[in-house]
Amino acid sequence: MSIEAREARQPWILLSPAIGAVTLLLLLPLVFIVVYSFWLRSAVGPDIVGFHFDNWQRALSDPFYRYILLNTLKIAAITTVLCAVLGYPAAYFVARSKGNKMLLLLMLMLPFWISYIIRTMSWINILGSSGALNTLLMTLGLTSEPLRMLYNEGAVILGLVHFLLPFMILNVFVSLDGIDTSLEDAANSLGATRWQAFLQVTLPLSLPGLAAGGLLCFVLAAGSYVTPLVLGGPRDAMFANLVYEAIITQLNWPLGSALSLLLLFVLGALVALYNRFLGMSQLTRGLG
Amino acid sequence: MGAVNLSDVVKRFGDFTAVHRMSLEIPEGSFLTLLGPSGCGKTTTLRMIAGLLDPSEGDIDINGRRVNDLPIHKRNLGLVFQNYALFPHKTVAENVAFGLRYRNVSRADIARRVQEALELVRLPHLASRYPAALSGGQQQRIALARAVVIEPDVLLLDEPLSALDANLREEMRVELKNIQKRIGVTSVFVTHDQSEALAMSDQVVVMSEGRIEQVGAPQEVYNTPASEFVARFLGAANILPAEARGIEGETMVLDVPGLPRLGIPRSRAPRLAGAGAARLVIRAEKLALTPVDAPADDRVSVPAMVEAVDYQGQSARYFLRIGEGENTHQVQAINMIDERPFAEGEAVSVRVRPRDCAALPLGTANGGGGSAA
Ligand SMILES: Nc1ncnc2c1ncn2[C@@H]1O[C@H](COP(=O)(O)OP(=O)(O)OP(=O)(O)O)[C@@H](O)[C@H]1O
Ligand SMILES: [Mg+2]
Repeated sequence: MSIEAREARQPWILLSPAIGAVTLLLLLPLVFIVVYSFWLRSAVGPDIVGFHFDNWQRALSDPFYRYILLNTLKIAAITTVLCAVLGYPAAYFVARSKGNKMLLLLMLMLPFWISYIIRTMSWINILGSSGALNTLLMTLGLTSEPLRMLYNEGAVILGLVHFLLPFMILNVFVSLDGIDTSLEDAANSLGATRWQAFLQVTLPLSLPGLAAGGLLCFVLAAGSYVTPLVLGGPRDAMFANLVYEAIITQLNWPLGSALSLLLLFVLGALVALYNRFLGMSQLTRGLG
Repeated sequence: MGAVNLSDVVKRFGDFTAVHRMSLEIPEGSFLTLLGPSGCGKTTTLRMIAGLLDPSEGDIDINGRRVNDLPIHKRNLGLVFQNYALFPHKTVAENVAFGLRYRNVSRADIARRVQEALELVRLPHLASRYPAALSGGQQQRIALARAVVIEPDVLLLDEPLSALDANLREEMRVELKNIQKRIGVTSVFVTHDQSEALAMSDQVVVMSEGRIEQVGAPQEVYNTPASEFVARFLGAANILPAEARGIEGETMVLDVPGLPRLGIPRSRAPRLAGAGAARLVIRAEKLALTPVDAPADDRVSVPAMVEAVDYQGQSARYFLRIGEGENTHQVQAINMIDERPFAEGEAVSVRVRPRDCAALPLGTANGGGGSAA
């Protein structure tokens, strides 16, 4: 075999375990779900095999589903904006700090060592009616009875921001850290104040990182299931909760499949848009 | 009074003093080079003038105005960086226009001045390109155009040529010097390349470990170094222990152990007041090798033995042993090759003109302050 042929084969050999895993664990189930979404659930007996559009029609036309979908996108959007507003200054601070950046980043990563569910549940101890915050407020005499801070949309957004902020900070940090500080010096020397130099040079150059962080936050928030379950009220269900509801509670696998594919398409379209304008490489840079 | 004055400027980073009590006067319109080895404080000094670093002590004046507390964006300086620091998301024209937008210049004037600046660096056709689509040399010229278009009071350049390859560097050095002469802007240039410093500067400031060793015109620092450090830093120099015997008329008489007595012009030993321990400095290219039987001339001649030859094509570097008995010295000579280089082990005579020698007092202290006026 020629050297070129061997070199051409080598990546495939090295990738084969990964390709195998992706095929088995991701593509195959996805194909099943696609097939399932065209079956029908019968009131009695097994699902009706076939090629029916009923589930899709229901998923797309039912006003309740549409409301939940829009609400999910709204919550994801608010979460993303909050993450950007809170995360950007933090990322800027870390990127420009003279001291130990790695230590600061490690501190950022520290929460990941605790299970996401436990981190989410911990808010119950803080915001609950006999939680830390209410106890404090009542001890100080600022309120006479506990405030209702849990089980509403605000709590869901809080939980999501708590979970997603590090992703945003990390992505923005990577792009800020890659900006040569002499660019700001140059802008200053040409007459721009520090704020003008930031707006003219640093901010535009860090937008790719902001966009990558935003995409991650949005997609992860829109697909969240645990947070609305733990911190939301009955009216704060998000789309993933609907899917759960359909599959586990109603045992309607075909409808659940159609719903989950719908969310996949909406988010997929968003990723495609991002890729079209900014390119996927920015995302991998932020994750690496 | 220069365009830029440093008086007793000190810069400390924690316990470490990067610049010690530096005083320097930079005349209006001149091209001054800060020259010294890595870590000697050149960039630190430049950044203090620019306003990117605060001096720990001392004053910096620009055009007679104390600027210690003036933020960088109000100093009206042109900065050129080693890595160019062009804004990657702006076109060449936008890069060059950047400084003008903060200066109340009308749109039409901005366009005209950008065009003029690009013509100055001979790249008017690249106005709409992005920096990533330019070669290193082109980026460097755009960086220069961006710095000079604002008509700065002082142009500060930190190793602007060191990222270029050798041929381009020499070309750019001529061009940079021409542009500086044409617009007559006071310039401070940082480099650790002695040939760059000698070729471009009106004044060279040789620095070592945060101190000024010598300030002077290129020929002055080259021919009459103020210290052993300067002698060694500006090209290959032989430094021999000597004893100054005193002044006879316009001649300084020196004895080097193992060698015949030597009288050099007093102008070549300006820092030697009279008798005392001294150092004799002879540049390697001023020592000429001749066959032992060559006829005598106006040069001093001593017998030597070639210990090693470093062949370099058109020239060769010889390591020679001179002197007698206990007192022998190894010296280097760099000579053009005539027909064939001298061979290792060959006996030769080595010659030098007394006016090509210089002498220093022994243990020359650091120059401390200095004036380039
Ligand atoms: N921010 C800083 N904190 C601590 N020490 C510093 C800082 N900046 C510079 N130094 C130290 O000050 C000394 C002078 O640095 P400077 O950058 O001025 O050197 P330089 O002459 O420009 O060298 P080079 O030719 O390598 O660029 C060095 O020893 C450097 O380590
Ligand atoms: Mg430097």
